[in-house]
Amino acid sequence: MAQAEIPYQEALPLHDPHTWIEKYWFSQDHKVIAVQYGITAMAVGLVALVLSQIMRIQIGFPEFGAAIGITPDIYYQSITMHGMIMVIYLLTAFLLGSFGNYLIPLMLGARDMVFPFVNMISYHVYLLSVVVLLLSYFVPGGPTGAGWTLYPPQAILSGTPGVDWGIITMLGSLAIFIVAFTMGGLNYITTILQARTRGMTLMRMPLSVWGIFVATILGLLAFPALFVSAVMMILDKLIHTSFFMPAIASQFDSAASAYDGGSPLLFQHLFWFFGHPEVYIVALPAFGVVSDLLSVHARKNIFGYRMMVWAIVFIGVLSFIVWAHHMYVAGMHPYFGFFFATTTLIIAVPTAIKVYNWTITLWKANIRFTVPMLFAIAFVITFVVGGLTGLFLGNVIVDVPLSDTYFVVAHFHMVMGVSPILVIFGGIYHWYPKITGRMLNDTIGKWHFWITAVGTYLIYFPMHYLGFVGVPRRYYDNVLAAGGESAFYPQSAATLNEWISITAFVVGAAQLLFVYNLVASYWRGRPAGDNPWQATSLEWRTPQTPPVHGNWGEKLPTVHRWAYDFSVPGEKEDFIPQDVPRTEAARS
Amino acid sequence: MAVAIFLLVIVVGSVIFTFLSPWWFLEIASNWGGIDLTVLITFWVCGVVFVAVGLFMAYSTWKFRHKEGARADYRPENTRLEWGLSIITTIGVVAMLAPGLIVWDDYVRVPDDAQEFEVMAKQWGWAFRFPGEDGKLGTVDVRNINIDNPFGMNSDDPNGADDVLINSNTVHLPVNQPFKALLRSTDVLHDFFVPEFRAKMDAVPGMITYFWFEPTKIGEYEILCAELCGRGHYTMRGEVRIDTAEDFDAWLASQPTWTQMQAGISPKVYSAEGRRGREVADANGCFACHSLDGSQVVGPTWQDFWGSERALTGGETAMADEAYIVESIREPAVKLVEGFAPVMIPYDAETISDADVAALIAFLREETGPEAAPEEAASP
Repeated sequence: MAQAEIPYQEALPLHDPHTWIEKYWFSQDHKVIAVQYGITAMAVGLVALVLSQIMRIQIGFPEFGAAIGITPDIYYQSITMHGMIMVIYLLTAFLLGSFGNYLIPLMLGARDMVFPFVNMISYHVYLLSVVVLLLSYFVPGGPTGAGWTLYPPQAILSGTPGVDWGIITMLGSLAIFIVAFTMGGLNYITTILQARTRGMTLMRMPLSVWGIFVATILGLLAFPALFVSAVMMILDKLIHTSFFMPAIASQFDSAASAYDGGSPLLFQHLFWFFGHPEVYIVALPAFGVVSDLLSVHARKNIFGYRMMVWAIVFIGVLSFIVWAHHMYVAGMHPYFGFFFATTTLIIAVPTAIKVYNWTITLWKANIRFTVPMLFAIAFVITFVVGGLTGLFLGNVIVDVPLSDTYFVVAHFHMVMGVSPILVIFGGIYHWYPKITGRMLNDTIGKWHFWITAVGTYLIYFPMHYLGFVGVPRRYYDNVLAAGGESAFYPQSAATLNEWISITAFVVGAAQLLFVYNLVASYWRGRPAGDNPWQATSLEWRTPQTPPVHGNWGEKLPTVHRWAYDFSVPGEKEDFIPQDVPRTEAARS
Repeated sequence: MAVAIFLLVIVVGSVIFTFLSPWWFLEIASNWGGIDLTVLITFWVCGVVFVAVGLFMAYSTWKFRHKEGARADYRPENTRLEWGLSIITTIGVVAMLAPGLIVWDDYVRVPDDAQEFEVMAKQWGWAFRFPGEDGKLGTVDVRNINIDNPFGMNSDDPNGADDVLINSNTVHLPVNQPFKALLRSTDVLHDFFVPEFRAKMDAVPGMITYFWFEPTKIGEYEILCAELCGRGHYTMRGEVRIDTAEDFDAWLASQPTWTQMQAGISPKVYSAEGRRGREVADANGCFACHSLDGSQVVGPTWQDFWGSERALTGGETAMADEAYIVESIREPAVKLVEGFAPVMIPYDAETISDADVAALIAFLREETGPEAAPEEAASP
């Protein structure tokens, strides 16, 4: 199938850009689109970072927070926007939109995505979704403060901030994002299935591509559930349909009497039918990318490649039958608990295999502690903590005392906040030389790494223990002045929160080092050469660096081996690129 | 080298932190010791894996760091090792899952001798209902809810007549008696959570959820709302007092039944203006934040409000009179009662007219002023 495409691809006329705007704005080149996705995601991610600092001011120093004007409304709007931006508009957009776009054609030896025009539209629709989302701050009442899960009835009743406009811009933005994702996602899958070069069998693909591939399939199946729930909730809000709204006696919202017969639980099922695969939409590309980083910088093949591929596939399939572990105490039929606890803990097995294989890859390796490698190693240990605490929350009865406490906040930040972000950083340090032709500054990179890795661990590890005490999440203030000290929030917990906040300020500020590095190295970075890491996958074998439009010159590369021929016994070099024929290898 | 030390410090530091941490479960006050046990099992299994993986990584990153002329091992797969690890992992998972499911089976199976009571959640407070002598809770409907029927009771359901209604954030329960808590909500999602009981469950509008527990220790425990329910979520606290059976019975007997409530147990007799003021307060949701019974919700209580001296943020004081009330409605942020966040929105004349404000003032004077001194109405 893929083979038949190759002569066609090779002969494909490239519509080279003629004007600046075609080259940098409405470009159909997957590499430009990847950078566009990346810059936009990082920009909106910085907004979410600022929001997290507002939250930490309030949590650590509530009196100071109130004094500088952080009201409950601002606090709840901040947690909502922070969560949604980070999960959807940064992590999903970056891992698939940026890494996906950049790596798929280059790693598979294709000229471009199969549908370059749709790809260009995809980015612009994503940009529109970001603009609509940020519009929330300029509409009357400000953004919604319903929490990123947007649970009705609360999300559309007065009593919650941003109920007039903010919730509409939020839901509208999500719907637009899903349109963008669908266009991008169909492109990724078609390209992976149709445009692999000669010799690039599925089982020779780098794990980065495998992770992106399966994550994209998950996204295409999961996002529609979010799309319909967004549309249904907009209808509930605007024309008082009652998909999610039962009969309600609201003290704040006289319009609430119009509702009858809907089910708030229906929304939760739809949301988490999307929301749990979403975790893996973020995790699987990160799994793939980190596997490649570990292998390259350890100078050793990834251990158990086939098992790694099947683990990704198995996790992807299972991720669709675990969603209700987010709803153990939501009031659904209690017997669901048995089923979803079992499926959830089964998923631990393939996930554990991945962790073992990453660590075994380090065994008898020849590890170069480059900045990408540092981030990859920090990812593994962070993910181990986040994955193990998932076993607490997945096991239904253990979840009962811990759900809706800071244990949950600590868990998901470790496993799907910090972990994928570390991989994104590692990936950027790894591929920046290919994207720009220049290396990122090593010293700044190491400072950035150490502050981020140590800081995030200091922030989130102790937070689990607040959850054991019972400190509830999403509390603007734990100690009401009127009520004095609370059993569930002793003075020691307040002190711990102060330290966590201070650490968070430092980690937040350290991200500016990274931004500075990205910008300054573009002009002043050391020239990288074609293959600075001595890696094997095809993106390092382009005739030019940075690769030009069309990537490969006249002829597409031919693949002769898997992507992990590092330190092959009897060979002179400790790496053999994928396009080196088997017979030539001995001579090189 | 630095990386190996980093990993080692993380592993050792995390273990030390765990043992020295003052933050752990509060002392348990219910029958759910089984939950604590499953948490501990999970903790140990996961802890061992964490330490093992962490130390393995620390050792590998130290031992196999790049050296000139060194070369990595080449071994793509090791089927035996991979299957062995998978099987060990599976055993660990079963060791956590099996006890968990056994305790969950207890959790979802309510014992026969459990008594029922109802938890009614609303933005942002709690109310409770006991079935009365017939042992049956009457039916309810949120459409019936109004100022004289805060629980939405169906008046034509005979089972409801003797239901005991606790329209307050504080509830009492007897020790060593299993209870099935039936949860409902009148507006949005809430969650009844007492950390010392371990158990929790969401209250969902439009349906009734439940869980069961048996209080085992006399004392006072804070009730938290554990499901985001709007801007006042963090203020939605209550209290459950675990009493001896005798104390509980005495307390329950002092609470009004639905029949008594209907008979007009409310002691206040208002003027026409005062009555209208109460309707204005009700229509605008004032009672969601300002209680009449002294409980502190989002805003300061209105108990003994009229004519009292208000301690303000910044150390000043103000007299609760007409001018103060008008200002507090039109520009609530100007004079803040100490200890409260500036959450109230300003109500302009379009939302609450001057005439309505005047009615509110009449209501507050009659309801909370000293001349309307306590005259507990005689029960019928």
